[in-house]
Amino acid sequence: MINNLTVSGSPHIHKPVSVSRIMWTVVFSLIPAGIAGVVIFGLDALWVTLVAVAAAVLTELTFGILTKKKITILDGSAVITGILLAFNLPPQVPLWLPIVGAVFSIAIGKQVFGGLGQNIFNPALVGRVFLMASWPKYMTTFNRPFSFDAVTSATPLAILKEGKVLEHISYLDLFLGKHGGCIGEVCILALLIGAALLLIKGYISWHIPATYIFTTAIFTYIFGGAQIFSGDWLFHILSGGLVLGAFFMATDYVATPLTAKGQLIFGVGCGLLTAVIRIWGGYPEGVSYAILMMNAATPFIDRYTKNRIYGVR
Amino acid sequence: MKELIKEFAKGIIKENPTFVLALGLCPTLAVSVSVSNAIGMGIAATFVLLGSSLIISLVRDLIPDKIRIPCYIVIIATFVTITELCMKAYSPALNRSLGIYVPLIVVNCIVLGRAEAFACKNNLTRSFLDGLGMGVGFTLALILISSIREFLGSGQILGHTLVKGFEPVFVFGMPSGALLVIGLLLGLFNFIKDKKA
Repeated sequence: MINNLTVSGSPHIHKPVSVSRIMWTVVFSLIPAGIAGVVIFGLDALWVTLVAVAAAVLTELTFGILTKKKITILDGSAVITGILLAFNLPPQVPLWLPIVGAVFSIAIGKQVFGGLGQNIFNPALVGRVFLMASWPKYMTTFNRPFSFDAVTSATPLAILKEGKVLEHISYLDLFLGKHGGCIGEVCILALLIGAALLLIKGYISWHIPATYIFTTAIFTYIFGGAQIFSGDWLFHILSGGLVLGAFFMATDYVATPLTAKGQLIFGVGCGLLTAVIRIWGGYPEGVSYAILMMNAATPFIDRYTKNRIYGVR
Repeated sequence: MKELIKEFAKGIIKENPTFVLALGLCPTLAVSVSVSNAIGMGIAATFVLLGSSLIISLVRDLIPDKIRIPCYIVIIATFVTITELCMKAYSPALNRSLGIYVPLIVVNCIVLGRAEAFACKNNLTRSFLDGLGMGVGFTLALILISSIREFLGSGQILGHTLVKGFEPVFVFGMPSGALLVIGLLLGLFNFIKDKKA
């Protein structure tokens, strides 16, 4: 009887939610975008994704064995890194590119810091930025959708950056993904289906995605056009990796702020940086750099947005 | 005699200025793009280290304690100027590619660090060997970093292509690549040191 009265330390209420359960749900929620990528760009997209996932998991396994720590390949985090990395690659890259990227993502982006929960940057984005800096010619050659004979076409954002006029691309085409781009970023519809699942499940909160997209929209509306207040904000939301980044990469649990207030700041920061890079920067797209820069700022945001402790002034 | 050898050898591995003391990282990051730059920088820094260690250990009793740092800087700057003028005269190409980093040896913390920590307290022979060891250690570290960076970043070593069909990893030619290589090598050195201990 007396044993039943012993109170253990908090928390006292448990949910049947574990890291691996969340991770596998995220993997599941990325499947629609993956299917859309394969439909739009052909089987190449599937191979790139599978190779990236395999390389990520193998690297995680190798590190687990070498450092004699718990083998963490079953928690799904390496699988997510592989998928997200592949989704940020053009569909017809040579297959060694996703391998190198995935190895770099897991080894340098994650395991060097001590594994899941310790990484200061989103591993998939670390891999992508590494590939972008190392082999720009592969990373910026995109194929025209639904033409499987390697006809290249620039992404809408790249066309805009060069100052050319966008021809025959409607908002619907952008929304459904009928344009050049990375595997997982083109079909906004499929991304939103996956994001809705995560939001309903409560695995991600609205704070970062909403403020991120909203800030980018406002900023590109004000400064994105020829005159002030004439930017095509809807185009900026629908093109590039904004939706993929906002829902799936800026919401990474590890490298983003913990409190709601911090997440709002994080989202606004990402949105500002993305818009600044797109409008004035050297690259056509700035989502990955924006998220990485805000990842770097996360410890400071966390420090200044601590929740007040109950009973303490 | 054994002790003197130890004085020389400690700079190469046990107290390697780059990997263990983590001194002089600014020139290391800047000039390690190519092996030829690294060798040039290493020799220049070794010469300055040797000369300044020698002179400082000779005049160490003459310098008043309060103004020792300015005195060291004057001595070091003298040797740096000699190096720079020689380099300009005999290998202007190297001088161009090293650029501002040759005059910046004046404020290289390895040189001043050895003057302050070693040469001002030890006799001529020991200071000489210490300077030589540190210089060789610095040169070897630079060569190690730069050969990794030059090979990965351009597929070449000293201008010779090693592997055909290798697609250079551009990032290793950039500053971020230097930080990556140095970070990983520092980790490796610490790992080896922990294993030994």
